[in-house]
Amino acid sequence: MNIFVLMKRTFDTEEKIAISGGKINEDGAEFIINPYDEYAIEEAIQVRDANGGEVTVISVGNEEAEKQLRTALAMGADKAVLINTEDDVENGDQFTTAKILAEYLKDKNADLILGGNVAIDGGSGQVGPRVAELLNIPYVTTITKLEIDGTKATVTRDVEGDSEVIETSLPLLVTAQQGLNEPRYPSLPGIMKAKKKPLDELELDDLDLEEEDVEAKTKTIEIYLPPKKEAGKVLSGDLADQVKELVQLLHTEAKVV
Amino acid sequence: MSKKVLVLGEVRDGSLRNVSFEAVAAAKTVAEGGEVVGVLLGEAVQSLGAELIQSGADRVVVVENEKLKQYTSDGYSQALLAVIDQEKPESLVFGHTALGKDLSPRIAAKLSSGLISDATAVEVAGGNVVFTRPIYSGKAFEKKIVTDGLIFATVRPNNIAPLEKDESRSGEVSSLSVEIKDLRAIVKEVVRKASEGVDLSEAKVVISGGRGVKSAEGFAPLKELAAVLGGAIGASRGACDAEYCDYSLQIGQTGKVVTPDLYIACGISGAIQHLAGMSNSKVIVAINKDPEANIFKVADYGIVGDLFEVVPLLTEEFKKLKVHS
Repeated sequence: MNIFVLMKRTFDTEEKIAISGGKINEDGAEFIINPYDEYAIEEAIQVRDANGGEVTVISVGNEEAEKQLRTALAMGADKAVLINTEDDVENGDQFTTAKILAEYLKDKNADLILGGNVAIDGGSGQVGPRVAELLNIPYVTTITKLEIDGTKATVTRDVEGDSEVIETSLPLLVTAQQGLNEPRYPSLPGIMKAKKKPLDELELDDLDLEEEDVEAKTKTIEIYLPPKKEAGKVLSGDLADQVKELVQLLHTEAKVV
Repeated sequence: MSKKVLVLGEVRDGSLRNVSFEAVAAAKTVAEGGEVVGVLLGEAVQSLGAELIQSGADRVVVVENEKLKQYTSDGYSQALLAVIDQEKPESLVFGHTALGKDLSPRIAAKLSSGLISDATAVEVAGGNVVFTRPIYSGKAFEKKIVTDGLIFATVRPNNIAPLEKDESRSGEVSSLSVEIKDLRAIVKEVVRKASEGVDLSEAKVVISGGRGVKSAEGFAPLKELAAVLGGAIGASRGACDAEYCDYSLQIGQTGKVVTPDLYIACGISGAIQHLAGMSNSKVIVAINKDPEANIFKVADYGIVGDLFEVVPLLTEEFKKLKVHS
């Protein structure tokens, strides 16, 4: 099976967020594989191990993403592709990324494409379904289980806590939800092997794309931090009195009940 | 500049979801005096058209088809694209729900348009329609505009106030017949887990439990409180990992993001992971034995104490309040 994983390098949102010059300050911040994409990588490896084939992990970004691609290779992916847009795309959006990925994938005869259901930084969750539409293949989002039998696929997806069992067929794109699997940590031999696995780097030119073909349709005009919350009121006194006071405060001061 | 805006009305268990009324309100802002057209897709949804109009839509287009009874991205996109083709709107607004998240990127790709997902506010400023949306799990916000083509956005439930319903409002509810074919992914079964009680993402009140609930049974007092307040039950990752409850209840960076009017965190330490899912709630109450717990830093009100003592007392107090009011 020819399996592809769409991976994003993301700012670890457990980091403290600061803004400088109208942008999120990334100096010294920890970058990680988007956690939902880790589920996608793990699932891709498991599907390959059960069905044979090859897992290629693709990322659109700059050369810094090589580190996360190597991690994916160390987990067990076979190949990695970095589509480096640093020189060509100044302000891309989801339209941009999806168009680039689809252009790369269109002649690859992918049987299965996996991605995370959302990236924890931008949080739009658009790229997976957009790529599927551009490739004209079916997709299932927020999946928690994937079973493949020949060209048939049975997929369980999370729908706001309920589950839907969906029958579909390959080629297919799915986006991973938490609960799909338990992503493995790269092993030491895995890390050693990853150094020798192929990591190709492409640019827009290699995909016959011009900058204007992928020009963003949206623009961020301002980034700001939410207003700092004032310290809350921790009640004191007899527990029963505190509870009475709390209910009064919620009723008369906060007016939420 | 006035625009024609299409709003997708989302039907669940035979009723319109609240987020659809919120989407209509957002569409009104985007329209700047232009026409707001509601769209209803389903098997028998015509009768809901009037309610969409009462909540602010000018008219409604309905596509009824047995193949639309259950949401599928193939079925819904065919129906919606037919409506878009007929109406030629300049803007689209959906709810940022499971359905909206699944469908909107596909429509955007098909129309080669931008899409601003998960907006929590919309305004017109400096000649632009400006959407506000949380990024970095709610630790920052961005204001975003569309620079080319369709103004397409999804709105996060519970953030944009719906318009007051006006029962005297009337408008045309028209039907469009669409042939739905080639469904490539078919829903074989729906397993309801979360729908006992109130829907977490739209709930006005959320009572959430963490490791401090100690067991699955430990959620019982929280459920009683939720019942009194008409709220939904949520959980921290810790509680889910410890198998006290299903992952469908998890609130956090992985898990659901909720913004209720009232969030009561019971026995939750307040890991950054969890805060990402609830810190934008309007009022946060923390109940925890540990006075140093991080959750008190984001809470508006806190009680240091054992949740198994505090929560039942709270339930009793709220019951009294409900009787009096």
